[in-house]
Amino acid sequence: MHSMIVRLLLLVAAVALLASCGRGESNVASGNRAGILHFGNGSEPQSLDPHVATGIPEHFIIHALFEGLTVKNPYTLEPEPGVASSWDISEDGRVITFHINPEARWSNGDPMTAADYVWSWQRLLSPGLGSEYAYMLFPVKNAQAFNQGKMTDFGEVGVKALDKLTLQVTLNERTPYFLQLMDHYSTFAVHRPTIEKFGNASDRYTPWTRVENMVSNGAFRLRDWQLYRRLEVEKSDTYWDRDRVKLNGIVFHPTENTVSEERMFRVGQLHYTASVPLGKIPVYQEMADTPYRQAPYIGTYYYLINTLQAPTDKLKVRQALSMAIDRESLNRNVLKGTNIPAYSITPPDTLGYFPPRLFSHDVARARELLAEAGYPNGEGWPGLELTYNTSEDHRKVAVALQQMWKDALNIDVTLTNQEWKVYLDSITQMNFQIARRGWIGDYVDPNSFLDLFITGGGNNNTGFADPRYDDLVLRQAPQAATDEARLAIFHEAETLLMEQMPIIPLYTYTSKHLVHPSVSGMPPNLMDSTNFKYVSLDQDWRPAGAGN
Amino acid sequence: MNTEAIVDIARAEQGTSLWQDAWLRLRKNHLAVLGLAILVVFIVIALLTPWIAPYSYQQQNLELGASGPSAAHWLGTDIFGRDLMTQIMYGGRVSLAVGFIATAVALLIGVTWGAVAGYVGGRTDAVMMRMVDILYALPFMIFIVLLTVVFGRSMLLLFLAIGAVEWLTMARIMRGQVQSLRQMEFVEAAVSLGLSPATLIFRHLVPNALGPIIVYTTLTIPNVMLLEAFLSFLGLGIQPPQTSWGLLISYGAETMEEYPWLLIFPGVALTLALFSLNFLGDGLRDALDVRGAKD
Amino acid sequence: MWRFVGMRLLQAIPVILVVITVTFFLVRVAPGGPFDGEKAVTREVKAALEAQYKLDLPLFQQYTAYLGDLAQGDLGPSFKYPGRSVNELIAAGFPVTAELGLYALLVALGIGGLAGIIAALRPNTAQDYIPMSAAMIGICMPSFLLGPLLVLVFGIHLDWLPVSGWGDIPGDKILPSITLGAGYAAYIARLGRAGMLEVLSQDYIRTARAKGLPQWQVVLKHSLRGGMIPVVAFLGPAFAGLLAGSFVVETIFQIPGLGRFYVQAAFNRDYTMILGTTVFLSVLIVFFNLLSDILAAWMNPRLRAQFGGQ
Repeated sequence: MHSMIVRLLLLVAAVALLASCGRGESNVASGNRAGILHFGNGSEPQSLDPHVATGIPEHFIIHALFEGLTVKNPYTLEPEPGVASSWDISEDGRVITFHINPEARWSNGDPMTAADYVWSWQRLLSPGLGSEYAYMLFPVKNAQAFNQGKMTDFGEVGVKALDKLTLQVTLNERTPYFLQLMDHYSTFAVHRPTIEKFGNASDRYTPWTRVENMVSNGAFRLRDWQLYRRLEVEKSDTYWDRDRVKLNGIVFHPTENTVSEERMFRVGQLHYTASVPLGKIPVYQEMADTPYRQAPYIGTYYYLINTLQAPTDKLKVRQALSMAIDRESLNRNVLKGTNIPAYSITPPDTLGYFPPRLFSHDVARARELLAEAGYPNGEGWPGLELTYNTSEDHRKVAVALQQMWKDALNIDVTLTNQEWKVYLDSITQMNFQIARRGWIGDYVDPNSFLDLFITGGGNNNTGFADPRYDDLVLRQAPQAATDEARLAIFHEAETLLMEQMPIIPLYTYTSKHLVHPSVSGMPPNLMDSTNFKYVSLDQDWRPAGAGN
Repeated sequence: MNTEAIVDIARAEQGTSLWQDAWLRLRKNHLAVLGLAILVVFIVIALLTPWIAPYSYQQQNLELGASGPSAAHWLGTDIFGRDLMTQIMYGGRVSLAVGFIATAVALLIGVTWGAVAGYVGGRTDAVMMRMVDILYALPFMIFIVLLTVVFGRSMLLLFLAIGAVEWLTMARIMRGQVQSLRQMEFVEAAVSLGLSPATLIFRHLVPNALGPIIVYTTLTIPNVMLLEAFLSFLGLGIQPPQTSWGLLISYGAETMEEYPWLLIFPGVALTLALFSLNFLGDGLRDALDVRGAKD
Repeated sequence: MWRFVGMRLLQAIPVILVVITVTFFLVRVAPGGPFDGEKAVTREVKAALEAQYKLDLPLFQQYTAYLGDLAQGDLGPSFKYPGRSVNELIAAGFPVTAELGLYALLVALGIGGLAGIIAALRPNTAQDYIPMSAAMIGICMPSFLLGPLLVLVFGIHLDWLPVSGWGDIPGDKILPSITLGAGYAAYIARLGRAGMLEVLSQDYIRTARAKGLPQWQVVLKHSLRGGMIPVVAFLGPAFAGLLAGSFVVETIFQIPGLGRFYVQAAFNRDYTMILGTTVFLSVLIVFFNLLSDILAAWMNPRLRAQFGGQ
């Protein structure tokens, strides 16, 4: 009996010992040696089809696998040649002619042609596919009509292949940000023979994106995809600019849990994390030579107000709510000083544009307004419900604000959290009183934010409708003669918007990442965009002394 | 003498000394007594919380943020600067309430179901217990997740969902008890005296089967509390601004490196409560010698 | 014996049908559809999407279509991951969860069984109290408390073991298995102790001891089988519980298993994935319950005689 127990204990001890010995080399060390970047990518990608995907994790992978007509310089965010080696813009800005690089190839060796783009854009815009980013191409003539089924002949849409390597795009009007859109994955070209091998152009769930089937045109090629474990890409030898690509491969790790992701970074499993848990930020900020990178990000965190329901249908109530919030304190204490308080929808310095600021944190004035609205010191307040999608960070903000409103205005606000799908449903159905929202610009231009609030806009969700605003944003701005004039028109529109306060802006996003010191070529920028061509790993990097 | 009294006397011959014996045996089991004591303390605190909590539940102190145990805050504060001890006390109210109420729901359904099945016997019994078997086989965790996701998260739904899972075993136990009791003399006496089945079941059979019921109830409460904590951890149970021990633990787990007290103190509270209930239940089982009644 | 098996199998079918039907209609009732995205989709786009996934058909037709597919073993395409079928996702996630469950069960049987036997050999002494108290802690400490604590101590402070992943770093399977197995180890310890106690008090054990057999023979050859019957009977429900427990453990340790897939599918309203996983897991649970019942019956000599012995 005793010998049996002793033997078992020895076995357990042996297993434990074995386990702790075999730690192996870290991903960072092996990656630096082999030129493989280990990239923490947030959630598991839903789809690698550029016309079907919608999220940020997909964005990074698709940008490694595919390339658009233009690419972005990660330092300046200026468009650089991609598949198009050059382009000409007509005098009135309505016609852009792209010249496709004759060296541009698909990963199976096929040359890229202008016809690829015509076909691909038809696919993106086809109503049957149901692409959620079809609106990216709406600046193109008749694109919107085609997508809504009002026009069935794609030949009427403003994109034509003049010859094998010349693509002519006709826009509705001058669109300064159009070149930026060519770097958005929804406008990328896809390989027609591959897609048609597995079904119709408008089929969403064909296996063409599988490892064994996929054909892409970017700096990297899909090598392995194990669901929820890793997605590996390797350097492509057909890519026209392959000599400038310094990485040999990238491994995208699905890291849904930010706390786990940070731990993985700490033990050397990742070169880069998609985000950083709020509680860890102060720790990293204190470090010398910290891997923590924070930079302004083109997005705004705000609360939608349902302007069609009491009590928020009253302007003074909305203003009171907004002015009672101490955004500085929120930022400093709850958000650890990592974001920038916002008083408007467009982030500051968006392409040189600065939004108007119409109010400040003013508790006295807020109380006055509330009294004028009929609820002096919160008397008679019918209650208000704040909805947010389930997330620790959103909860923190909501709880803090709930208390601020109580302290400043003596009103009760109840909190409801719903998980993602339900929350989205509530927003679309306008089934809320106040709801949390975030909007990230698809491109660097105030239009990306201001066109949210046109009458009946799909992402408006507030009931705000002002024909003067629509006119400014939709008609006058595109027809502005100069950039300054255009920005001035936007400023006027945004002033109109914020006078009505259909939203409560809270803060401008910042991008937060942990980046290993051995990585270079990933500078922070406003779009948090990475161009993997610029990234390289320092083979000789060694930790200074003992482990971090 | 009326029929009730006759039956009562007949039953008394068998019953009274059982409880006194049981109590004596229980008292000798130190762990069970300890469990009972702790439980009573928790319940008293939970009931008196609105009056004895040191701080208001909502009171934030953003400048302070999360801080460790100190003179002002014995158990520390959370990231909003809210006193943790207060949070644990209010959370305890919810956790214990869910535990007791959901168990009560399970008890009600299970006892009735099992008693009826056991008493009526025959076809009805077979059908009723077959249904229990079928329900037993269902992957309940999956359904609970689905139910909470589908119908939103309300306290009421939580009670019902959890109660719906736990009543099955209660029904089985009750049925077994009733079946064996059915053979006993006092039942025959009652039947011959013309007592209605309902009266018989609820006035006489159920009280006699009380032993196993009490034991099982005491052991179900911790299971229910665990279930609620589990759901809250996944984000499906209690929702803020309410709090429960499960929710506090899930928040604490996220920041356990920076603020370990946010995990440890609620964890200790929950574990201690479960401990007490389990020890008490075990003690009761030994004291009432329930395990012996395996027929 | 076979009649017993056959009857149980037959009973399983209505169970599965009920599961499928209830789940199907529950999921459809839920607010929020699979195609609600952060950027609002136009009506046309949404209509196109729903047509592609057959969501525009009347509900009952969808149901019968689904049953038909199911009969052929086709669980449909995932709504959340276009291009992947539910079969594929389950095939990716289930082996991981099964492995986790297996290791957890081994931990539970090993530690729990051992503890129970040791405790039963000298009841009401320290040899009994210590393992049983430890077992009580195992029952009372939920996995989502134990897991983070283990991570805190062994993963972070001592840095002995990895804290996430499954199969990526050597040793990353240890903490999750222990976390999941701990609760069951506790139950098995108690069950085992109770079973062993009962068997050890039997006459034939006393005879064996009187005959001078060494203790370990007494335990292994004579008592173990009978004493472990309650443990075996527990395995069926334990399996179902392990699946549920895997939700939490997989979340804590970021393990790509079916439990995590399932919870996410529920949040994402990935209709087909939810249905497919529920059906799959239900079938499995029913099967395991059956297996464990049969095993328990087989191990019990009295019941074997009753069924004519096989």
